[in-house]
Amino acid sequence: MSIFGVLMDRGRIILKQPRFNLTLLRLAHQLIENYGNFENTCIIGIQPRGVELSDRIYTLITELIPNHQAKYGKLDITFYRDDFRLRKAIKANETEMDFVVDDLRVILIDDVLYTGRTIQAALTALNHFGRPCNVDLLVLIDRRFNREVPISADYIGYTVDAVEEAHVVVDWDLNPLKNEVRLYKKKLID
Amino acid sequence: MSDQAQLSTRHLLGIKNITSADIDLIFHTADEFKEVLNRPIKRVPTLRDVTIANIFFENSTRTRISFELAEKRLSADVINFSASSSSVSKGETLLDTVNNILSMKVDMVVIRHPAAGVPVYLSKRIKANIINAGDGTHEHPTQALLDAYSLKEKLGNLRGKKILIVGDILHSRVALSNIFCLTKIGARVRVCGPPTLIPKHIASLGIEVSHDIKASLRWCDAANVLRIQLERQEIPYLPSLREYAQYYGINAAMLNEVDHPIIIMHPGPINRGVELSSDAADSNQSIILQQVENGVAIRMAILYLLASKN
Repeated sequence: MSIFGVLMDRGRIILKQPRFNLTLLRLAHQLIENYGNFENTCIIGIQPRGVELSDRIYTLITELIPNHQAKYGKLDITFYRDDFRLRKAIKANETEMDFVVDDLRVILIDDVLYTGRTIQAALTALNHFGRPCNVDLLVLIDRRFNREVPISADYIGYTVDAVEEAHVVVDWDLNPLKNEVRLYKKKLID
Repeated sequence: MSDQAQLSTRHLLGIKNITSADIDLIFHTADEFKEVLNRPIKRVPTLRDVTIANIFFENSTRTRISFELAEKRLSADVINFSASSSSVSKGETLLDTVNNILSMKVDMVVIRHPAAGVPVYLSKRIKANIINAGDGTHEHPTQALLDAYSLKEKLGNLRGKKILIVGDILHSRVALSNIFCLTKIGARVRVCGPPTLIPKHIASLGIEVSHDIKASLRWCDAANVLRIQLERQEIPYLPSLREYAQYYGINAAMLNEVDHPIIIMHPGPINRGVELSSDAADSNQSIILQQVENGVAIRMAILYLLASKN
């Protein structure tokens, strides 16, 4: 595809409203079903885009169970990437973890599960905050045929079967009614 | 702000040839490394496949330890080399020494040398990334960056803030790098010291010059106090250190006379009782130990950003 073609690729909507918000609500309910009031549990969003999802999930859980006990953190994995020096550097984001994860049940949240390498890096990063009791993974989109490491999600919003060159983007518009997921034929920027 | 985090250069030779965007990026990255340094496990695997040589042809305590710690916190492999215990004393040239070290597959070189221009000379002849850890009386970029970063932590945005540099400006690489760094990020800079220790034409760098320490302290928001570098003075520039201390030494009484709190900084090592009295160096206004702490985060940021420029 030419550069013009790539720029003109406006993407195909694969998850739109109201299903998008219903999916988030379903994921929140699934967590409540398994974690109760979230005793000994922490929810950790992976920076930057996983945090958009974890913020929404955490807010939904708080609305459904106001007195839940989940701790909430944000984890940046920039310094743990295995492709450092193979690609252009990426600006580091803020890590906000004011607790250690020793003996905690961890719910790790990212928006798209693709090759699995981000989650691999997140698990390494997590080790630096202690030894969790167990780790579950929640993702909004699972691109199940593009994995490069043996990692799978425990909670999945929507499964996408796309070719490797395709690019899935979750639009986290500030207005939740405009949130949607788009599938592009090619990645627009590296 | 873009997600891309590239410096405009693949070496850190001085502050003069980096941009204010580079400085912002280094500060932003240092913020994140400072968070790493406060974790239970203070190490990240980022540079696990990188080998770094610390080549010091001059004595150093803080800078060498700070670089070494930064490298180890990033999981790099580290080689330490000091001229006093090497073949340099047997007559080997600088380029031969460095090339021999590089033939052992070294990716980055941190170098300190008494001759100005050595990092630039090496950067034109060898492949590795070069980081200047102080070259003669020329530049000491990492010190300037950690000074400005520490000031920013205390004062917020430095644009328009008044920063005083006191002491031996003529022989100080810290002074020159600080002047470049602070003016690039919009601070106002004044140097103060005896006329023999202020270089001619330094005002052409866009800074003010004063010989009145008390008036300068009243003017400034922060004072960076420098050491008198006797080791670099081939002829006497001062009648005596005692006289210097009498006219330019800063003590707590002088700070108390000023109607606003001044931040006191010093790149170390301090000659207590000469440029700074103990009651000033150990006062609440002093951020000397925070400077040392921030030095590790700043150096981690620089190593990280340069390592991705290969």
